[in-house]
Amino acid sequence: MTLQKDVEVLRGVPLFAKVEPSKLKLLAFTSEHLEFLPGDIICKQGDVGDAAYVLLEGNADILVNTKDGQVKVAEINQHDIVGEIAILCDVPRTATVAATSRVSTIRISKDGFFNLVTQFPQVGVEVMHELASRLHHTTQRLTEASSRLRQVEGADPP
Amino acid sequence: MPPTIFSFINRYSWRKQLYIVAITVMMYPVLYATFELPKMIVNDALSQQRSHEYFGFNFTQLEYLWLLCGLFLIFVSVSGGIKYYVQVYQGILGERMLRRLRYLLYSHVLRFPLPHFRRVSQGELVQMINAEVEPVGGFAGDAYATVALQGGTLLTILTFTFLQDPILGFAAISLYPFQAYVIPKLQRQVNQLGKLRVRQVRRLAEKISETVAGVRDIRESDATRYERARFTKELGVVYEIRLQIYKKKFLIKFINNFLAQFAPFLFYAIGGYLVLQGNITLGALVAVLTAHEKMASPWKELLAYYQLMMDVRIKYDQVINQFVPIGLIDATKQDDEPDQDIAFEGSLRANNLTVAFDADSHVLDAVTFEVDLPSRVAIVGPAGAGKEELALVLANLLAPDSGRVLIGDVEITGLAETATGRQLAFVGNPASIMSGTIQDNLFYGLKYRPIEPKSSEEGEAEQKKRIEENEKSGNSLFDAEAEWTDYSKVGLEDPQKRLETINAVLRLVLLDQEIYGLGLRSRIDLTASEDLAAKLLEARREMFERLSSDERLSRLVEAFDPEAYNTNATLGENLLFGTPVDETFNMDNLAEHPYVMETIEAVGLTGELREVGFKLASTMVELFAELPPDHEYFRQFSFIQADDLPEYRNLLTRVEPDRLDKVSADDGRRLLALPFKLIPARHRLGLVEDDLQERILNARRYFRDNLPEHLKAAIAFFDPDEYNEEISIQDNVLFGKIAYGQAQASHQVGLLLAEILDKLDLRERVVAEGLAHECGSAGSRLSASQRQKLALAREIIKHPDMLVLYDPTGPLDAGEQTVVRQNIIEEFEGRTVFWAINDPSWAGVFDHVLVLDRGRIVESGSPDELATKGSSFVEITKAA
Repeated sequence: MTLQKDVEVLRGVPLFAKVEPSKLKLLAFTSEHLEFLPGDIICKQGDVGDAAYVLLEGNADILVNTKDGQVKVAEINQHDIVGEIAILCDVPRTATVAATSRVSTIRISKDGFFNLVTQFPQVGVEVMHELASRLHHTTQRLTEASSRLRQVEGADPP
Repeated sequence: MPPTIFSFINRYSWRKQLYIVAITVMMYPVLYATFELPKMIVNDALSQQRSHEYFGFNFTQLEYLWLLCGLFLIFVSVSGGIKYYVQVYQGILGERMLRRLRYLLYSHVLRFPLPHFRRVSQGELVQMINAEVEPVGGFAGDAYATVALQGGTLLTILTFTFLQDPILGFAAISLYPFQAYVIPKLQRQVNQLGKLRVRQVRRLAEKISETVAGVRDIRESDATRYERARFTKELGVVYEIRLQIYKKKFLIKFINNFLAQFAPFLFYAIGGYLVLQGNITLGALVAVLTAHEKMASPWKELLAYYQLMMDVRIKYDQVINQFVPIGLIDATKQDDEPDQDIAFEGSLRANNLTVAFDADSHVLDAVTFEVDLPSRVAIVGPAGAGKEELALVLANLLAPDSGRVLIGDVEITGLAETATGRQLAFVGNPASIMSGTIQDNLFYGLKYRPIEPKSSEEGEAEQKKRIEENEKSGNSLFDAEAEWTDYSKVGLEDPQKRLETINAVLRLVLLDQEIYGLGLRSRIDLTASEDLAAKLLEARREMFERLSSDERLSRLVEAFDPEAYNTNATLGENLLFGTPVDETFNMDNLAEHPYVMETIEAVGLTGELREVGFKLASTMVELFAELPPDHEYFRQFSFIQADDLPEYRNLLTRVEPDRLDKVSADDGRRLLALPFKLIPARHRLGLVEDDLQERILNARRYFRDNLPEHLKAAIAFFDPDEYNEEISIQDNVLFGKIAYGQAQASHQVGLLLAEILDKLDLRERVVAEGLAHECGSAGSRLSASQRQKLALAREIIKHPDMLVLYDPTGPLDAGEQTVVRQNIIEEFEGRTVFWAINDPSWAGVFDHVLVLDRGRIVESGSPDELATKGSSFVEITKAA
């Protein structure tokens, strides 16, 4: 069953890992599949985002605009999620995502996600756990980075 | 308009009334004879045993009886015949008078000065023209005829009675003076109540029309209870008034009836006394009694007539009062052809324009200015400055209380609408759109007189008869069916050039894409546009080729293939493989249709579809069980309505999946109802696999091959080589489903479609179909912004010398407003525009700016001049 497969894939996404399978099934059922061809833009930096995409198949590049033009900063593959920030808060897309092969995705719309969270607060709690652990992780790395920066500055004052 | 009902009747129908009375009078002798003959039969033929001689002929008694009876029959027939003729004549006369009155009232509405529309409500006007004048019209036919007929009958009988015996004659009418005194007194009270009732019913009409117009805001305020209570109150008032009227009316009736019975009492008492005294014969008394009985009917009719007359007089008075407001526009200004065109040369001058809706508040106060022609002028000012009123005065739509507007040497204030209506144009906010097609509306400004008689199947004689009938009712002599649009006025006689101009103007007001879209979504009539259908089929082939030759495109559309299952269509659509023409094969109730069920049974699909239905039900119950019943997902995604979900949950516990063939008939139907809306590509439930698809294709073939004759008209099958009248132009060219799950699919398909239609030169034809779109009453089938754009397009196509606008782009998007404004300003280069704008920051693109404040011109000059002075123009711009 294709829907069942979608649920498996969504469970593999850390953001949804702890969400009950039956809720994921509803999310999968109410989300659409979207296919992109090589070169298609999945999302564009600066645009208002209204959906996240979970890659079922294919690869895409993450590109960021810099002074020297677009620079590839990462690559995403099967079962990765992209654009999830947009469904959590209203910020413009922070990068461009371009398909490099035939990409098929599950498109999780902001509305669909919020519907799920408002209906089943437990889902929100699970997502919050995941986000908190991400924040913790990021904060840790930031602390490390800034202490390292201070060391470098202290060793070699300008 | 005649001030009273009788002056109305006399003015428009005195000849006919005279004729009717004359005919009625002719009837009196006949009527008299019908009373005289029975007496002769009784007294002469039956009681006297002798022969009679008439005109030299001798009759035996029996022959004499036959003769009299024969004469009686003839007279009765003649009097009946005349009565019939008179009544039909009255009926026709009444209908014509009603038609005339309604036409007069409607014409007056067209001539109301604009401010009067603030004081009358639509509901009241409708009530008056439709309902209130109805009895007035009918009365017009009876006005004299009833008096003549019933009064005459009464007189005839009276004469007859007096000739029998004067004393008894007096006895028969002895109570009439009393009635004639009492009844009008009572009637006057009824009249007063009648006036109240008319007014109150109008209030009801007004209330209803207010509710219809404001229902959104009523609900928004949760005021339905309040409104119901208010309506109840109004109904209560009507009820009380009507009750009073009934009581009084029945009192009148009671008195009449009593007196009618009282007369025989007098006859028996006085007449009996006289008979006993030997003063009169018994026969005479019987004859008088019969005559009195016969008098009762016309007397009653006369009284009823009297009551009707009173009622109608009130209604007429109360209607007419509402239709002659002060400042009613002179009829000639709408009828007489203008002497000459207005020359837009020199300058436009406004001298001391003053408009006051109330005595002490001036909306415009001595407005004076002069601008050179041609010139594009912005009117700016804060809210309540009088911008709209100034625009209306300049467009000759509002008559100023004093002052005038001159173009060159011609004074245009108070000039005939036939002159200004053709050279000036006005668009306000909101603008009005009429019922008819978009094209009708585009050329609405060129329909000021019929230019060519209608070329129709209707014979010349019939047409003549119709026009004559219109004339007899004093209605318009112009034929609404004729060709009214005068394309020559704007040089658009050539249809090709016309279409090009329409396209250009639509582009100018940003309506071209929307009309094209309407065209794409419209259905064409095959009998009328066979060549278009053929070309669209060509477009379909082109579309098919483009899709199949390009891999990027081919995934966007899944074409309808008679031999293949369309995974982007519902199971129901795959089975029917056509479009339901009516409700017979409604997609929502396919499982209810016996022939659909027969098809499924015949190809052995029943069990399998039940199984799919069962799985679908399990999935739906699992997915949606915890959602609240009003959740939007039920509408968007569920196969089962929220209300039915518990029913299906029970069904799942009741039914064993491996024994679906044993379920009850009801459960079977419930299960079968589900799969018809399943779209494999969208729902991804894996329930419609290859094998099932193959069998549905079998069902599709069976359905089509065995379709009973009486059902053939209910469905239009998809045929790759035939145009399908039941689906839109777009669907015909596409002839397939836009695929689910492809990024930007519908956008890209739209582009491809446009490209193909352009290539085959079909774009204009599609636009033409869009132009044939019906706008609905007052443009209700268009959006507010479409109506506004269409009104702008209408005025641009009219090619006026001067365009006056009051915030005409208000309902448009902010982005569109800028573009449309710029386009119009450019289009009117070399012509004159007065544009009352609410956003003074736009004023920069105009040649001249008038700054209004509290009804006065405070500044006037080019935008640059005004901007440098640190003036009130600058202040207003800052404040905005």
